[in-house]
Amino acid sequence: MKKSKLLMIVGPLLMLGLFVFPLWNITLEAPQYPTPLGMNMHINKFSDVHEFDIKNINLMNHYVGMKYIPETIPEFTIFPIVIGVMVVLGVLIGFFANYKWYLAWFVLMFLLGAAGIYDFYLWEYDYGHNLDPKAIMSFKNPDGSPMGFQPPLLGTKNILNFVAHSYPRGGAYMMFTGMFMTLGAFFIGKKEAGENN
Amino acid sequence: MKTIFKYFITFTVVSSWLVSCGDVNSGKSSSQGALSTNAAEKVYVAPGEHDDYYAFISGGFSGQLAVYGLPSGRLFKVIPVFSVDAEKAWGFNEETKPMLNTSHGFIPWDDSHHPDISQTAGELDGRWVFINGNNTPRIAKIDLTTFETTEIIEVPNSAGNHSSSFVTENTEYVVAGTRFSVPFPQRDMPISEYKGNFKGALSFISVDPEDGRMDIKFQIMMPGFDYDLSHPGRGASHGWFFFSTYNTEEANSLLEVNASQNDKDFIAAINWKKIEEYVNNGGGKKVPANYAHNVYDEKTHTATSTMKKEVLVVDPTEVPGAVYFMPTPKSPHGCDVDPSGEYIVGSGKLAAELTVHSFSKMIKAIENEDFDGDAYGIPILSYESTLAGAVKNPGLGPLHTEFDGKGNAYTTFFISSEVVKWKLGTWEVLDRKKTFYSVGHLMIPGGNSRKPFGDYVVAMNKITKDRYLPTGPEVTQSAQLYDISGEKMELLLDFPTVGEPHYAAGIAADIVAKKSKKFFRLEENEHKHAVKSEAESKVVRNGNEVHIYMTMIRSHFAPDNIEGIQVGDKVYFHVTNLEQDYDVPHGISMIGANTSELLIMPGQTESFVWEAKQEGVWPFYCTDFCSALHQEMQGYIRVSPKGSNVPISFTLDGDPVDIE
Repeated sequence: MKKSKLLMIVGPLLMLGLFVFPLWNITLEAPQYPTPLGMNMHINKFSDVHEFDIKNINLMNHYVGMKYIPETIPEFTIFPIVIGVMVVLGVLIGFFANYKWYLAWFVLMFLLGAAGIYDFYLWEYDYGHNLDPKAIMSFKNPDGSPMGFQPPLLGTKNILNFVAHSYPRGGAYMMFTGMFMTLGAFFIGKKEAGENN
Repeated sequence: MKTIFKYFITFTVVSSWLVSCGDVNSGKSSSQGALSTNAAEKVYVAPGEHDDYYAFISGGFSGQLAVYGLPSGRLFKVIPVFSVDAEKAWGFNEETKPMLNTSHGFIPWDDSHHPDISQTAGELDGRWVFINGNNTPRIAKIDLTTFETTEIIEVPNSAGNHSSSFVTENTEYVVAGTRFSVPFPQRDMPISEYKGNFKGALSFISVDPEDGRMDIKFQIMMPGFDYDLSHPGRGASHGWFFFSTYNTEEANSLLEVNASQNDKDFIAAINWKKIEEYVNNGGGKKVPANYAHNVYDEKTHTATSTMKKEVLVVDPTEVPGAVYFMPTPKSPHGCDVDPSGEYIVGSGKLAAELTVHSFSKMIKAIENEDFDGDAYGIPILSYESTLAGAVKNPGLGPLHTEFDGKGNAYTTFFISSEVVKWKLGTWEVLDRKKTFYSVGHLMIPGGNSRKPFGDYVVAMNKITKDRYLPTGPEVTQSAQLYDISGEKMELLLDFPTVGEPHYAAGIAADIVAKKSKKFFRLEENEHKHAVKSEAESKVVRNGNEVHIYMTMIRSHFAPDNIEGIQVGDKVYFHVTNLEQDYDVPHGISMIGANTSELLIMPGQTESFVWEAKQEGVWPFYCTDFCSALHQEMQGYIRVSPKGSNVPISFTLDGDPVDIE
């Protein structure tokens, strides 16, 4: 089998890791939590890093009027379907299609990923800004606007007494690797096509 | 029967003390200030760092067991055992009241003496600590996942439960030996007829290897001596248990004189495996008894007390080859078996030297029937036949010996206030260090096992005058920590203790710490009055009893305002802590409550009763600082006149605060 074809088949299959490993993780550190509170985001659920972490994040967050992290969100239905379809599509392309389709798949996946990240940002924004007006504690920014408690999209940020970390996890790394393998498949496929001519 | 003691000659104790006042390096101790050594460094545990050992030091007359870290000497927790403890509602809440039930009714106090840690294959396994209640004979078991007392069994036919609670090599048994002999069965009789009529019960309490459940397997009815301390055999001597005795004179008045007449008392050697076999084959006699067995269930968070009506009694003369007496000079206190199980050290409180028996010589003497008569039909082995050796001129008033696992023994001397290090086998004194003052027991972590952790010894002192800032006529009792890792002992630290530090048990921290529970799982809470979400909280009237099913979470109670209570009502608070986070207990108390506050761990339910005595509106609040809004965690109870038509009602604002 050609190298490009192999990469195009294996790359999308790597994304199946999303069904096993978490996509993202938010960790909250504070002095009174020597073991930090952590929440993993999978493509189909939220999960505790340590038992009852989400319950305890909710307990903390209610002081500033943040909503409870929901049991489930519509994305948990949509994401698995999208990923499933893209994996099947990718494998089929790998077996049967021209290398140009590899790029098409990559671009589509890139757009879907970007949409996912944007969706995540919107959810985070709402979670961090849409506060209960009866909140126990209300904080203002130096400019007088109400303080938001949105966790960082990617990176580390101080939120009151917490340091919040937001980083990709195993599932995401497998997805990124898979996607770049398909991009690599395109370039290699292009080179292979050139050599054959 | 009178043949027993005629062999024993008396000699003057005082003169022997004088010659025994050894002087290996006395006077050195005063120059041993902290600045001249690196003692401070050796006990310093930096902020955030953990100690290397847990020390469980009994509270003596406080009835409790305190947990300290070594080498820092920091106090972590006082575990309530035999005495009520308002801090933890022990004996005050409905759940733990049954734990202090006895055949004499509810007893809010005892005298806790000797803790011992459970063992597997002769090594500490860190599952449980056992401790004896001396006054109203009891044995308690403390679970080391929760550091809470989970079982207390009363010991019938006993009094002054002193020679306990030591465990056998696989925690097959924990023993309870009576210090005071008493009539058996108990009855009205002249005290002057003590001799021959009073009996000393040695109780073997089996421990279930899975759940630790205790049960009195048998009691050996021994002659009416005082049974002082005991230790299990190990290694080759596993299967035997040794009990020191005093008052073999069987005196009943002015014992300080009359029980100090015999030149030698005994160490009783009990082959418990033989008696166990006898019992398993139907031996022994079931006799009527009345004793409480109290068990705390971690799932229901509730104790139950069951009165047991029978106990199996064994007459030692009916099991030939199971019980022997080894003569040991002058009222021995400690009865300590070295890690190999070969040496049994008898510390004659009034003797000039330390007597060490050899287990193998004892077995040989038994085979050769090398007896010097008998006591009530129990063979007395000849003194010389079991003697391994003696430590000459060790000090004054030897009490108790522990071992470092490197062939050395450490003995406390009460009268001369010192710890003396000596060598097993050669019996030579290697080192001695002053204690401040009047040392009783000492403890090396793992001391009562095949594998002592020979880094430290803790001396437990009765008197401390001038060692600490004065606090009126009563100054703190104290423990002292010595480094024993080198050839010479080094005093590192004084630290105050709660109550009388009678005896202690120590264990490497990593064996216990990793198994410590962080909270109770709410879903496993089977308390009959538990409510697991705010939605389930309610107030129910039942005649003149009102039951409040309440929840607590940072930072509110549900419900928080309760109306419809009437004067004369008994109001039961059944309170569940909904938290599922480490170290987030909440407390609750009610004005005028004649119990104590409740301190409720995450996922736990506790109950207390409050009697409505006066009309009015009365507050309750959280007693344990729990969060930034701890001060807001409060509510009211409205009390109306008897017969009032105010209905039962309650509030919790209207907000969707339930997160379950």
